Amino acid sequence: MVVSSMNHLAAPSLLAFSTAPIAHLRLLDIVVIAIYFGMVIWIGFYLKGRSNTSEEFFMAGREMTAWIAGLSFVSANLGSLELMGWAGSAYQYGILATHWYWIGAIPAMLFLGLVMMPFYYVSKTHSVPGYLFLRYGEHARVLAAISFAMEMILMSGVNMFAMAVVMKIVLGWSLTFSIVVSACAVTLYVALGGLRSAIFNEVLQFVLIWGGALLVPVLGLVQTGGWSGLKTQIIANMHSTSYFHLWRDTGHFVSNPMGTHWSGIVLGLGFVISFGYWTTDFLVVQRVLAAHNLRAARMAPVIGSFFKMAVPFIVILPGLLSLVLLQNSDGSRRQLVPEDTVKACSPMSSDCAALLKKTSLSASVQQDVLNQKVTPQSELHSYNEVLPLMMVRYLGPGLLGLGITALIAGFMSGMAGNISAFSTVWTYDIYKPLINKKGSDSHYVLVGRLSILIGVAVSIGAGYLVQHAHGIMDYVQALFSFFIAPLLGAILMGMFWKRATAPAGFLGLLIGIVSSVAMFVWVKFDHAALGIVALYPDATDMAANLYRAWWAFSITVIIIFLVSLVTKPKPVAELDGLVYGATVLPKEEWVPFYKRVWVWAFLAVCIFAALNILFW
Amino acid sequence: MMHSTGIQIWFFIGVLLLIYGTLILGYGIFELATGCYPAGVELTNLHTPIWWGGLLTAIGALYCIKFRPGRA
Repeated sequence: MVVSSMNHLAAPSLLAFSTAPIAHLRLLDIVVIAIYFGMVIWIGFYLKGRSNTSEEFFMAGREMTAWIAGLSFVSANLGSLELMGWAGSAYQYGILATHWYWIGAIPAMLFLGLVMMPFYYVSKTHSVPGYLFLRYGEHARVLAAISFAMEMILMSGVNMFAMAVVMKIVLGWSLTFSIVVSACAVTLYVALGGLRSAIFNEVLQFVLIWGGALLVPVLGLVQTGGWSGLKTQIIANMHSTSYFHLWRDTGHFVSNPMGTHWSGIVLGLGFVISFGYWTTDFLVVQRVLAAHNLRAARMAPVIGSFFKMAVPFIVILPGLLSLVLLQNSDGSRRQLVPEDTVKACSPMSSDCAALLKKTSLSASVQQDVLNQKVTPQSELHSYNEVLPLMMVRYLGPGLLGLGITALIAGFMSGMAGNISAFSTVWTYDIYKPLINKKGSDSHYVLVGRLSILIGVAVSIGAGYLVQHAHGIMDYVQALFSFFIAPLLGAILMGMFWKRATAPAGFLGLLIGIVSSVAMFVWVKFDHAALGIVALYPDATDMAANLYRAWWAFSITVIIIFLVSLVTKPKPVAELDGLVYGATVLPKEEWVPFYKRVWVWAFLAVCIFAALNILFW
Repeated sequence: MMHSTGIQIWFFIGVLLLIYGTLILGYGIFELATGCYPAGVELTNLHTPIWWGGLLTAIGALYCIKFRPGRA
């Protein structure tokens, strides 16, 4: 699994095909899925009349409440690839996978709400590249906008194709059918209702995910005799207590199944990657910018943090439960294998035998797989199929349809998020400054709508390209990590240091990106470079990504610092609304203490600390 | 709209949950009445579709009423 930046990028390539569909839908399940599609299209048409101006279409009229912006903010990062991928990671690594939900999200979300949001909101920027324009000028904006637009299109294509493949694995649907249906639905509701429609569907998806997936851990815990019963059974089966500890075994790279060190988790994930994603990735920041006032914009990420902390209950817990509950048809314990093993063995390829040897399957089962002998144990499923396998175990007609609808909704809202963010950045940060500066408001709305159509079409092409060109998937996932760490460095320096200059911002961003790409290529061609980049010669891809992000961030900050010292800064008067110390923030209306952002943020910090201590 | 006029997102959610809850609860009652349970599904003795479908129906109905269009 490649963990290049944040949860949605950490999602594995769910591209292997099982021999037979995991689930068989009944009529009631099909009805449940069809009702969902009917609902999203109804929402799209309903919102069409409320998305006529550019402010309405691209920024949802800036009228979201804190709750809606907060749920949408957290939901934009709760796609099906994450759910399935991290449930699979929990099967492999145990509770260590929770780091991506807790330290990899909560501090950054609170920092965005408490510290950074006022500057984004007061500057009235339409996008994160738009903030870079205000702070560093046109070059920095164009660099960030083009890279971001490219990422969004590719990620949308990857999402679309991944959904089709998952539907193929789980339900046996054809790839083309899934792609056509999802692309048409997403295009229709985003092109009609713009960001407002995307946000509506993200909130809807959030409710569906809890409604469809919550039963799995609840029923699983009933069957294992609660949390203590689950622990006892995992220890008996796996002969290890590492599955229940977040930090205890991270003192050395080899003492935990993730192969990473606590310093990489704290600096790479907890600081650079997490802050980079949650505070500078426009896909999520756009949701908060749509809030109806500054207090709502600050409260939204804080509200989101509570839900984010709860997500492991429906993602990580099913992964742990599956370690003891999944059974083959003869009652023996089902052992899942890595994605590449399933891919290499069905259909059979020359790599199958070597990959099987790396799994925990017994020699006789391995031989059965190689001889293509059909037995209950020789049917291979990958880690990433944990969630659908657990759904099939507990959910009957109707409930299974709801669970599958939750997965479909997750995929579609992920695509919608990519496409709506692409549309805004394309229109405001590429088309308007570089192609047509003098268009009317309705012209830009039309450009936004057309860019959604074209964006989806290009996404489909990108999805097919990624699927058919071996290895590109890794590069696409790594793409985010190239940009996100330097972007964080540039924005933090711009927001908190008045002396940072425009040339320094652009150069820092550019050199940070180039250095990140260079480190990636260096390690690809010279594996020994891992000892320098990741501080350990046998570090995993995951550890390498965490450290590469840290170095790219550091390089960007150093370049901006040095270049700023020899270039002329903007007068302080021009930094109003953009930089800490040069901005007079608007006074917020008085509210009782229980409605104050700081109070809720403090509560979130307490729960976050308690969870880390509890699962130390 | 989100917080001002028009249909709120919570109403859409209420409608969806009400429909889903009713369908799942209806199936659960059918299951209980006929004793016909799906093969391969665990813990059918807990009658999950009944209580989960009932919960979804109740939440959906509550949201439909509380956030119905035109309510001040």
